[in-house]
Amino acid sequence: MASATLLPAVYLVVRAADTGLDSVLDTVTAGRTLDLLARTALLAVTVTATSVALAVPLAWLTVRTDLPWRRVWVVLGALPLAIPSYVGGFAFVAAIGPRGLVQGWLAPLGVEELPSIYGFPGAWLVLTLFSYPYVLLTVRAAVRRLDPSLEEASRILGRGRRATFWRVILPQLRPSIAAGGLLVALYTMSDFGAVSLLRFDSFTRAIYVQYRASLDRSTAATLGLVLITLMVVVLAAETRSRGRAEYHRLHGGGARTPPVVPLGRWRWPAAAACAALVAVALVVPLGVIGYWLVRGISAGEPLRLTGTLIGHSLVASALGAGMAVVAAWPVAVLAARHPGRLSRVVERASYTGYALPGVVVALALVFFGARVAEPIYQTRTLLVFAYVVLFLPQAVGAIRASLLQVNPSLEEASRLLGRSKAATTWSVVLPLVRPGALAGVALVFLTCMKELPATLLLAPTGYDTLATQVWNATSEAFFGRAAAPALALVLLSALPMAVLVMREVDRPDAPYPAATKDGDGADISSGLSQAVVGPPT
Amino acid sequence: MTRRALGGLLLALALTAAACGSAGDTDGASATGEAPDAEARSLTVYSGRSEELVGPVIEQFEGETGIDVEVRYGDTAQMAGAILEEGDNSPADVYFGQDAGALGALSNNGRFQTLDAELLERVDPPFRSVDGHWVGVSGRARVAVYNTGALTEEDMPASILDFAAPVWGDGKIGWAPTNGSFQAFVTAMRVALGDDGARAWLEGIQANEPKVFENNTAIVEAVGAGEIEVGFANHYYLYRYLEDDPNFPAANYVFPNGDLGSLVNVAGVGILDTAEHTEEARRFVDFLLSAPTQEYFAIETFEIPLIEGVETAAALPPLESLQQPDINLNELEDLQGTLDLMTEAGLI
Repeated sequence: MASATLLPAVYLVVRAADTGLDSVLDTVTAGRTLDLLARTALLAVTVTATSVALAVPLAWLTVRTDLPWRRVWVVLGALPLAIPSYVGGFAFVAAIGPRGLVQGWLAPLGVEELPSIYGFPGAWLVLTLFSYPYVLLTVRAAVRRLDPSLEEASRILGRGRRATFWRVILPQLRPSIAAGGLLVALYTMSDFGAVSLLRFDSFTRAIYVQYRASLDRSTAATLGLVLITLMVVVLAAETRSRGRAEYHRLHGGGARTPPVVPLGRWRWPAAAACAALVAVALVVPLGVIGYWLVRGISAGEPLRLTGTLIGHSLVASALGAGMAVVAAWPVAVLAARHPGRLSRVVERASYTGYALPGVVVALALVFFGARVAEPIYQTRTLLVFAYVVLFLPQAVGAIRASLLQVNPSLEEASRLLGRSKAATTWSVVLPLVRPGALAGVALVFLTCMKELPATLLLAPTGYDTLATQVWNATSEAFFGRAAAPALALVLLSALPMAVLVMREVDRPDAPYPAATKDGDGADISSGLSQAVVGPPT
Repeated sequence: MTRRALGGLLLALALTAAACGSAGDTDGASATGEAPDAEARSLTVYSGRSEELVGPVIEQFEGETGIDVEVRYGDTAQMAGAILEEGDNSPADVYFGQDAGALGALSNNGRFQTLDAELLERVDPPFRSVDGHWVGVSGRARVAVYNTGALTEEDMPASILDFAAPVWGDGKIGWAPTNGSFQAFVTAMRVALGDDGARAWLEGIQANEPKVFENNTAIVEAVGAGEIEVGFANHYYLYRYLEDDPNFPAANYVFPNGDLGSLVNVAGVGILDTAEHTEEARRFVDFLLSAPTQEYFAIETFEIPLIEGVETAAALPPLESLQQPDINLNELEDLQGTLDLMTEAGLI
C-alpha cells in the first residue's frame, strides 16, 4: 500500500521524462518556476504560522480554562474543516470581494468598493480559516494529555505562569503543533480551489493552467516533481522539529485532572474572540450558501439534491475512510514500533499523494487504471483507492499517535501469556488504539466527501456525488442550484467529526485516559507512556 | 452513552451507505450487463460541457435512438487530459468539449478520426477542424454588454479596439482576464494584430482602470447594477438575467463588420481514434448537428446554431449581424503564448 502511494510520483517521472532532461532542467530553473516556488513556500509558511497562532490558544482555552461554552467552541471551531475550499473561496469572494454582499450593505454609507482580497491576502485568509482545525485537533489532544505535575514543578520552582507556558508547556506541545502544521502546510501546497478563486499564483494553479492552456503534461509533471521536492523539505522540517527533543515517559502518577485556569476579566473577551473566529470561518460561508439557497428557491431553481447523490457521497467516502485506516495500520505500526530509516521513508512516502494537487493524482491513476488495471478502471474500487492514496497520511498520523501511547509491554505480556500475534493485535492493541483510529476515520471521511478532481475523473461514469453536483452547477454559475447539495455536503461530512469531538468533550478532561469513566484499556499503560503525539527518540 | 451514540451513528451511516451502494450497483449492472446486441448499441461520451447544459440533449438522443449513452462530465481540459492518459484503452467514443483549444490539442495528438464530409459540411469552415477531426456544435459570441440607462447603441464604438481610448477611462469598463473565453479572444487578437498589437490594446484598457471580475456572470450582473457601463462577456449570460427580469437594464452589443470584438468560439465534438462504437458515435454527431438539437441550443441555452435554417431565441442577435472576424478557430491553439503575455502585463 505504501508503494501504491508512490504511483503519482512514478507517473510524474514518466511524464517528465517524455520531454528529456534538458527541457526538464529548463523548466525547473526558469525564473517563473523559482518565483512560483517562493510564492508557494511563502503561502505555506504564513498559512501554517497563522493556523498555529489561532489553534494553539483556542485549544488551550477550550481545554484548560473556564472559558464560557467551551464545548460549543470546540465543535464550532473544528467544523470549518468540512467546508470545501472551492465553496469557501466562492463564499468569501461573494461576501467580502470588492463588490460583494458586504459592500452592498455598506453602499448606503458611501462605500463603493472594498479593498481587493485577491492575491496573497485572500488566499492566506481563506486557506487559514479552512485548515487551522487540523492544528486545533492535534494540539487539543496533546493539551488534554499534559501532565499537570510538570507545570506545578515549574511554578514551585518559582517560574511565573507565563514563563511556565513558554518554557514548560509549549515545548511539550511542539510535536502536536508540528503534526498539525504539517497537514496544513501540505494542504496549502496542494489546494486548487482557494488559490484559483482568489487568484494567487501558486504551484497548483500553475499546474492546472498548464493543463488547461496546452494539455502540456510534461511541463505540468515537471512542476509536480518540484512540488514533491518542496514536500520533502517540509517533511524534513517537521521531523527535525519533533526529533530533537525528548519526550520522556513519566512514571505512573494518579489520574489527575489539571486545575482549571481562571481567566478572570479576560473570560468574556476570550469568548468574544472565539465567537469572532467562528463567525468568520463558519458563518460567512454558510451564510452565503444560505443566501444562494433562498435566492435559488425564490427563483424556482431546482434544488438538485437527491438520495442517490447523498448515497454515492456517503458510500464512496465511508469506504475511502475505512480503507485508508486499514491501509494506514501497517504503516503506523512500522513507524511507531520499529523506528528507523526504512520505516521513516515508508511513512514519509505516504505523504506524496496528499501534497500533490488532486488533478495530478487523478490523472496518474487514470494513466495506471486504463493501462494496467483496466478491470477496475472507472469503478468505485479505483475511486476508493484514489482516496486512500490522497488521504492516507491523515489516518497514519492519527493511528501512530495512539499507538505511541500504548505501552509495548502490554503486547509482550499478551504474547507471553500465549496469545498469538494476531489475537494480541485484535484483543489488546486494537481496543487501545480505537479512539485514534476513529478520529482518523472521521477526518478521512470528511476529506473524501469534499474531494473533487479525483471523483470527477475516476468515479464510475454517471456516479454523481454531492461534490460533483456542486461543481456541475457552479461551473455554469447556477449558484442557486449548487446551494442545496453544498449545504448537505458540509453538514453530512461534519457529522462524524462533530460527534467525535462532542464525545471527547463529554469525558472529563484528564491527563490520562485512566481517569475516564468508561475505562479504555489505554489507561493502564498511559500512566507509564505519556508520550505526547509524536514518536519517542 | 455517547460512545453508543457514535457507534449508532456510524452504523446508520454504514447501513445507508450499503443500501445506497447496492442500489447503485444494480443500476450499474443494468447498464453494463445487457445482452450483446444491446451492448453494441451503447455509446460513451466524455463531456467537458456541464450536465446542466447538455443533459436534456443526451436524454433526447437516447429516447429517439434507443442507444444507451454513458456520459462522464468534467472540466473540458481535464477530460481531454484523461483521454490522452488513457491512451489506447480509452473507453470514450466521443469527446464533447467547450473550446476549440482542447479539441485542437486532441486533434494534434492524433486522437480523433476524420469525420464524414457530410457531417463536416453542415458547418461553415471557420467553425470546424481543418483536418476534419472535429466539428463545432454551437457558438458563443464575444460581445460588449452595456447598461441601457447609461449608454445607447449609438454610443458604442465600431471596434473593440476603440475601448482603449481614454474616453472609456475611469472604471467604466469591466473585464475578466482570468476567464477562458476572454483568453481565447486575446489569442485571436494576437493572431490578427501580433503580440505587440495585443499588448498595446491590453495596456490601453488597463490605463482606463477597468474593474476586474471573476467571470462573465459577474460582469453582466455589474452592468445591470450600473457599477460599470460596459463589460466584455460571452453573449448568452445576459439572457438568463432577462428571463428572470425582462426590465434588466442591459443589452448586448455586437461589433459590426467582422470586428475582433465579436469573435465566435465554439463548443465542438470529435470521434476518438479508439472508439468502439463508431456507428453510434456518428449518429450522435449527426444528432447534435440536426435541426431540433440546434434549436434546443439556440432557444434553451441561447447559443448560436451552426447549421443553416434554425430558428433562434427572439432575444438572440440575428445571425446575419454576427460576422466572424477573419480568423480561423484552428489558429487559436497558442493559449500558452497568451497566458505568457497576460502574465507579463500583470493581468493574471
